[in-house]
Amino acid sequence: MVTVLRKTGTVLKPNRDGSHIYDFLENRPRTSTEPSLRFKVFDLGLVDFKKALEAQKEVYSRVKNGEQFSALIFCRHHPVITLGRSSSRKNILATEVDLISGGIEVCETGRGGDVTYHGPGSMNVYPIINLSFFKKDIHWFLRTLEEVVINLLSDFGIKGLRLAGLTGVWTGIAGEEKKIASIGIAIRHWITLHGLSIIIKEADLKKFQYIRPCGMDIKMTSLETLLGRDIEMEEIKEILIRKFEAEFTRHANMVNS
Amino acid sequence: MTNVVLPELGEGIEKATISYWYFNPGERVTEKEDLVEITTDKATFNLPSPVSGIVSEIFFHEGDSVNIGEILAVIDEG
Repeated sequence: MVTVLRKTGTVLKPNRDGSHIYDFLENRPRTSTEPSLRFKVFDLGLVDFKKALEAQKEVYSRVKNGEQFSALIFCRHHPVITLGRSSSRKNILATEVDLISGGIEVCETGRGGDVTYHGPGSMNVYPIINLSFFKKDIHWFLRTLEEVVINLLSDFGIKGLRLAGLTGVWTGIAGEEKKIASIGIAIRHWITLHGLSIIIKEADLKKFQYIRPCGMDIKMTSLETLLGRDIEMEEIKEILIRKFEAEFTRHANMVNS
Repeated sequence: MTNVVLPELGEGIEKATISYWYFNPGERVTEKEDLVEITTDKATFNLPSPVSGIVSEIFFHEGDSVNIGEILAVIDEG
């Protein structure tokens, strides 16, 4: 997977902050006014939700203070139910006993959206991107995140769907769609926080019985369920980096053409 | 007096919901400090104060829906 990446961007040695730099536009002529598409990729591995939140805030501060990069923070979480700004605690169906026996934490977050669950078998990507360098448009950014997931699924021969009026990515036949990716973001000074969560491992699905995802009666699915085979998380990460690269490069090309 | 207006947030986004005021009327706010958090779709958005001054008036409560371009608050720089 890494060799594929090298054709379009350059993977450098890890930086002191633990990130890898992908210069998405390296092999392409650039105008002087064009924003740098330098993306730092952080991989936190399996971490507590709160720890990942701290990492996001740290990177956010650097971007806000003018450092010229965008970041993709990859991580998986120990079981956690997170509440967005529009969340109602009523959408948590688990009892106190369920939570304790399942080792599930409950965290409030400042992102948009309602309640969701993250388990170790879901891949989360938290892009810290200054939209002033791309497009100051929340709608565009949310649709771009969906596009990244749809393109990832397409690599596995799966058709990802958007449902009118709902943010996220679904699969399946009309009327019986199941959700595979959830999106919830926060924007401060036009810099993004939080992001997307894609269910990869089938084992994560059981825990969704403890919530009403997004406050609705939504059925969830996982990539493994759809494919009927095991999937490596690392493979997902590498594909996602390339999909982010493609979307943001395409946008930069459009703006500069 | 400076009006705080709900700015353009993106294509097709016509309104947003006030989710949190960081300041109450009568309090002093500094330019660029977060004044109000609004929510649209699956995003929260922090609107900074355009100027430094006293928050003299707030026109919408938390939970209210506001159209793009509407005045949310007034800041008195005096």
